[in-house]
Amino acid sequence: MSITLALQLAGGAIVLALLSALVSFFPAAVRRHVAMPLFTLSGLVALVAGLVALNNGGVATAQLPLGLPWLPWQVRMDVLSGFFLSIIGVVSFAVGIYAPGYVRGFEKGSDSLRALGGFTGLFLAGMMLVVIADDAFMFMVAWELMSLSSYFLVAWHHDHAANRRAAFLYLLMAHVGGLSILLGFGVLASFGGGFTFEAMRGAPLSFGWASAAFVLAFIGFGMKAGLVPLHAWLPEAHPVAPSHISALMSGVMLKVAVYGFIRFVFDLIGTVHWQWGVVVLFFGSLSAVIGVLLALIQNDLKRLLAYSSVENLGIIFVGLGLALLFFAEGHPLIGSLAFVAALYHSVNHALFKGLLFLGAGAILHSANERDLEKMGGLLRRMPWTGFFFLVGSISIAALPPFNGFVSEWLSFQAALQAWNLDGGVLRSFVSIVVSLLALTGALVAATFVKVYGVAFLGQARSRTVRRAHKVPLSMRLGQGILAILCLLLGILPTFFIELFNAVPREILGHGLSQVSAHGWLWLTPISEKTASYSAPLVALILFVTLVLGLWLVGRGARRVRLGDAWNYGHASLTPSMQYTGTAFVQPIRQVYGLLFQINDGVETQQDGRRRYFLQVTDRAWGLLYAPIARWVEWSSRQAVRLQSGSIRIYLGWTLAALLLLLWLEV
Amino acid sequence: MSAWGFTLIQALLYLALAPLLAGWIQKVKARLQNRRGASIWQPYRNLFKLFAKEARMAHTASPVFRAAPYIVFAATWLAASAIPLLTTDLPTAAMADVIVIAGLLGLSRFFLALAGMDVGTAFGGMGASREVFISALAEPAMLMAVFTLAMTAHTTNLATAVGDLLVSAPFLRPSFLFALIAVVFVVIAETGRIPVDNPSTHLELTMIHEALILEYSGRQLALLEWAAQLKLLLFATLLVNVFLPWGTAQSIRPDVIGIAFVLFVVKIALLGIALAVSETLLAKMRIFRIPVFLNMALLMAFLGLMSHVILEVGA
Repeated sequence: MSITLALQLAGGAIVLALLSALVSFFPAAVRRHVAMPLFTLSGLVALVAGLVALNNGGVATAQLPLGLPWLPWQVRMDVLSGFFLSIIGVVSFAVGIYAPGYVRGFEKGSDSLRALGGFTGLFLAGMMLVVIADDAFMFMVAWELMSLSSYFLVAWHHDHAANRRAAFLYLLMAHVGGLSILLGFGVLASFGGGFTFEAMRGAPLSFGWASAAFVLAFIGFGMKAGLVPLHAWLPEAHPVAPSHISALMSGVMLKVAVYGFIRFVFDLIGTVHWQWGVVVLFFGSLSAVIGVLLALIQNDLKRLLAYSSVENLGIIFVGLGLALLFFAEGHPLIGSLAFVAALYHSVNHALFKGLLFLGAGAILHSANERDLEKMGGLLRRMPWTGFFFLVGSISIAALPPFNGFVSEWLSFQAALQAWNLDGGVLRSFVSIVVSLLALTGALVAATFVKVYGVAFLGQARSRTVRRAHKVPLSMRLGQGILAILCLLLGILPTFFIELFNAVPREILGHGLSQVSAHGWLWLTPISEKTASYSAPLVALILFVTLVLGLWLVGRGARRVRLGDAWNYGHASLTPSMQYTGTAFVQPIRQVYGLLFQINDGVETQQDGRRRYFLQVTDRAWGLLYAPIARWVEWSSRQAVRLQSGSIRIYLGWTLAALLLLLWLEV
Repeated sequence: MSAWGFTLIQALLYLALAPLLAGWIQKVKARLQNRRGASIWQPYRNLFKLFAKEARMAHTASPVFRAAPYIVFAATWLAASAIPLLTTDLPTAAMADVIVIAGLLGLSRFFLALAGMDVGTAFGGMGASREVFISALAEPAMLMAVFTLAMTAHTTNLATAVGDLLVSAPFLRPSFLFALIAVVFVVIAETGRIPVDNPSTHLELTMIHEALILEYSGRQLALLEWAAQLKLLLFATLLVNVFLPWGTAQSIRPDVIGIAFVLFVVKIALLGIALAVSETLLAKMRIFRIPVFLNMALLMAFLGLMSHVILEVGA
């Protein structure tokens, strides 16, 4: 097996995805039985291709008979592409298994299932094309394919005006970001003398131009990744799509943005500077904290998960920022550690966010409810989904022995090496970032205690939720695969880190050498003396203690007697007496009140009854989006003055423009 | 005897000593309040009684409610066993460094909070809400203080760190004093002591930890009580063995261990007296005063970290 095989497999996966899109336009009977299996197969082939590439290393290139005459499309497979291809593959595989059962719920609806299947296939193909593109032209075409097809998926439930608005916002932001990426490529192409990535790698860049390209790429990819303060579109758009598409968008498409950033900055620009690291760290930690605080206060489950994606992408960019900082300062070992932490978190987030969105989809499918305040007691109605959702919640809350903890641990270990840096300011900056990460971790745990406690525990707060039913086996299977992977990546980190280690080794020229120097049981990223973590042993001892405890203390002979809840002697417990999600987060909302725009008070209704209302909005709207929108409207009003209706004046303008261009050309 | 064997003995020692510390603090407090107080063995009797009693559970409880006591207990115990009690020759410290310990305590808190929300009573939800609120405030301060130590010792492995501190003795550094104050504040909040929470109250609107375990009874309650005592001993050990590590053995030779044990008991007993005195002098705070208290801890931890990274690195 070789890297060439990986490239061929990737090509096969793309063809399968396109076929799945095509088949969706066939009659319903064919579509139902062929389209999603093709999609699943495409995911599986992509996963295999990615793993082959990661395992073998090296580079394979090919030219496609597509594109412009003087610029045929170049494709290339290396470890970085392979890594992200396997993320795309694994989530798509699980989503492909899950989707048929979920989509069946839409059969009676008015929205076109053809469009759904067709754009889903195109979306997958677009993402896979992005990661194997080897020239800027093909990259942008694939990027647009990904953005446009996902726009149609966001707009799929187009009956509601709010959804159409979210989709439009998504389209707009995707294109502003795309423009920024295009300009970034423009800088590299003009210095490198060509649109192929090979030419760009050799571009001789001064610090100023390199920084300009970096800033453009950071804005472009950061916007796609939903970094604060450009994030506000993300929680509008991601939840609106059908849940399995939300899983793909949050779990996978955001990782494609991370891929673009890594490819652009670490590979194409190549020489990195510490100032960039500071910028990335700043926005990364800002996204992490603001993202989780906004997630915490949401009551719409899918919106909450989308805000939590902002937070997780923040953590990934903190890892990348640390990598930039340490590489620029000449500490490649620590830099690779931070880089691997970012990669590990990318996989983790794809797995658990995919899992949680599929869980939210299962609730939507069986209870038709997204509002947390109407849920409750779902664990009893849908035990498997409840169990998998618990696994996802523990993973995302970065608790051992699940996968989220491993990447958090690696990030902390990298950041704790800050004493190697020169200068107290940088060292203290990194330390502050670390404590913000710690704050984020605690707030994520609070968020998911709220989600799980309100949705799955307690008693149902509405009739539809009380009558929720189990979801079909295929949907449970899709969630189960992701849940098992969350556990595997949590208890066997050394295997996966050794696998991912190929990426920094081949792209950055330096990898981690000591990870499993003491055997697969011990994860020792820098040295045994600095830090070690044995996830398998921690998991084993926890498990043994649990079993022993259950056997010694909770033996079956002494059964637990069931009765009414004691509730401090207060009688008759009703579901409305439970703590609500809003009440649950009230203390935290009050302490961090400055970060939200809170509008609350007591209003008197028409029948004379008084009612408390509370509305919390994202400050990004008022501080960033609204001023820009106002500015755009103002400048377009100014531009309207040109439109006088007289053809002579228009011709005059044309002549002036022509003269200006001629003058510029000379 | 192998190091692993001794580690098991030490882990069992944690279990055995945890109720004693609780009993000791109660006793000292009673004496300070001019009461005779219960015997210091009373917590053992309570645990024994609860284990023998029948457990009773609400109809509405889910499997999470049943599993939570065991998970809370196992995670807390595993976290404790990775903290050097008598010796730094501790293989579990290599298995779980200080970040893993924080993670394990987080796991136990996660399940405790879920169990509180499970039955669907308002008290449980209130307790869970306050528990995660306090931990969200305490966590950054805790980790920042721990990171100050980790950066001083260049390791997050607690046994290595304590061994290093025994040799290099950096106790007069400003960063250390700041970190100590921060950790003391955090420990008070995390273990639910006055002025943050009152372990002996069942006043409806002020309780936090007690509200979470309100619906438990019998052996499940016993496990949770024991885990809470274990957590108190865990944090007390962390305080005395990191900030006053003198006497902690670096091998498992019987004579060194003997000295270490005597010194450990003395240090913990003194800490217990200090805690009892402060609890007698202070009153419990209103819930929205707690952020002020914990921001103070955060500020101290921050000052410690700053004075470390600016003044002490390379010095």
